[in-house]
Amino acid sequence: MAETFLLEIVTPTELLFSDQVDIFTAPGCEGEFGVLSGHTNYLVVLRPGELRYTQSGTETSLFVNGGYSEVTPEKTTILIEGAIPTSEINASQAHEDLKGAEEELAALTEGEAGYREVRDRFDIAQAKITFTELRKGH
Amino acid sequence: MAALSDIKRRIKSVKNTQQITKAMKMVSAAKLRRAQEDIAAARPYADKMSEMIASLAGKVSGDSHPLFSKEATGKSEIIVIASDRGLCGGFNSGLFRVAERFLVENNDSEISLDLIGKRSIEYFKRRDAGEVKAALPIGNKRPDYELAASIASGIIDNYLSDGGTDEVYIVYSEFQSALVQTPTIKKILPMEPPEEEEAEQSQLLFEPSPEGVLDSLLPKYVEVEIFRALLESAASEHGARMTSMDSASKNASSMIDSLTLQYNRARQASITKELMEIIGGAEAIQ
Repeated sequence: MAETFLLEIVTPTELLFSDQVDIFTAPGCEGEFGVLSGHTNYLVVLRPGELRYTQSGTETSLFVNGGYSEVTPEKTTILIEGAIPTSEINASQAHEDLKGAEEELAALTEGEAGYREVRDRFDIAQAKITFTELRKGH
Repeated sequence: MAALSDIKRRIKSVKNTQQITKAMKMVSAAKLRRAQEDIAAARPYADKMSEMIASLAGKVSGDSHPLFSKEATGKSEIIVIASDRGLCGGFNSGLFRVAERFLVENNDSEISLDLIGKRSIEYFKRRDAGEVKAALPIGNKRPDYELAASIASGIIDNYLSDGGTDEVYIVYSEFQSALVQTPTIKKILPMEPPEEEEAEQSQLLFEPSPEGVLDSLLPKYVEVEIFRALLESAASEHGARMTSMDSASKNASSMIDSLTLQYNRARQASITKELMEIIGGAEAIQ
C-alpha cells in the first residue's frame, strides 16, 4: 500500500478540498505530471486542464482554470481560481466561448489592454474542448 | 406650545424611523457576519500566494522583476474602494480624506483613478482629481473574485506596458472590528521584496522557471490584493452601518422619550386649563 499525502485545493473563496490522497495528476505548463508521496519540492504553473486525484481507489476528476501547485514531500497545495467536475463540462458552450474569444482576439494585438484576459478565456475554452474530444476517443 | 396632535404625529414619525434603523442594523449585523466569513475563507489562498512569492523572490536576480521594481514614469494609479450606499456613518468620508491627502501629496505625478462603489464615483465626479480609468459600482451581491479580476485586468496591463504607471495604490477601509474600521492606503505595485526564506527552500524545482512563475504570479497577486481589499471594505461598510444605525436607534429612543414628556406636559396643561375654566365659570354663577 502506497503512502498517502495531504492534498489541499484552495480557491480565492474557499478551501475546496483538504484530505489524504494516494496520487494526483495535474496539467503543468510543460506537460501533465503526477505526484506520489515523497515527491521533491516542486513549484509549477498549471494550465487549464484536468486535475485528477485518487483516494483509496476512487478517482475524482476536476477541470481547473489554471493556477499553481506547490509540492513538498508531505503536502501539496494547489491554488486555482475555480474548478468544476469534468462531468459538468458543456462542450457546446465551450465551442461558443472559443468562437467568441477567437473573434475578440482577432481584434486585439498582444500587449493591448484586455488581451491577456481574452487569451485566458480562449485557453480555457480550448482546454475544455480538447478534454471532451479526448474522452470521446476512449 | 405645540398642539397635542402635532406632537403625537412627530412621535409616530420618529417611531417609524426607529423601526427602519433597527431593521437596517439587524440586516447589517447579518451581512457583517457573512463578510467576516468571506474574509476568513479568502485567507488561505492569499497566504499561500505570499508564501510562494517569498520563496521565489530570492531566486530571481536582484530587483529586476517588474513585480518588485519599475522604472519611474511619473504616472501612478490609485484604486478607491468605497460603498454603493450611504447611511454608514463616516465610512466614505474618511476614505475620501485619505485619498485626497494622497492626491495633494503626489500632485507632481500624473495620477489616474479607478473608482469602485457609487459613492466614490459621485464624489470624484465633482472634482478634477485626475483621469478616471474605471468606474464600477459594487452591486448588491457580495464581492466575488470575478469583480476583482476585472478591476485588476486594466491595472496590470497599464503597469506592464512601457510608459504606463510605475506605482499602483489602493485606498480601502481596513476591517478591524465591527466598531473600528481604518481607512488605509496601500501600495500594491511594485511590491516590497519579502524577506528571504531560509535555506531549505532553495531545493525547490520550478516549472517553467523562477522568472516564468513570477511572471504569471504578478497578475494573480494584484487580483488577490484587490479581492482582499474588496472583502475588507465590504465588512467595514457593514460594520460602519451597523454602528451608525445603532446610534441612530438610540437617538430615536431618546427623542421619543423627550417628545412623550412634552406631550404629557401639554396634555396636563390643557386639562388644568379646562378645570380652571369650569371652576371659574361655576364661581361666576354663584
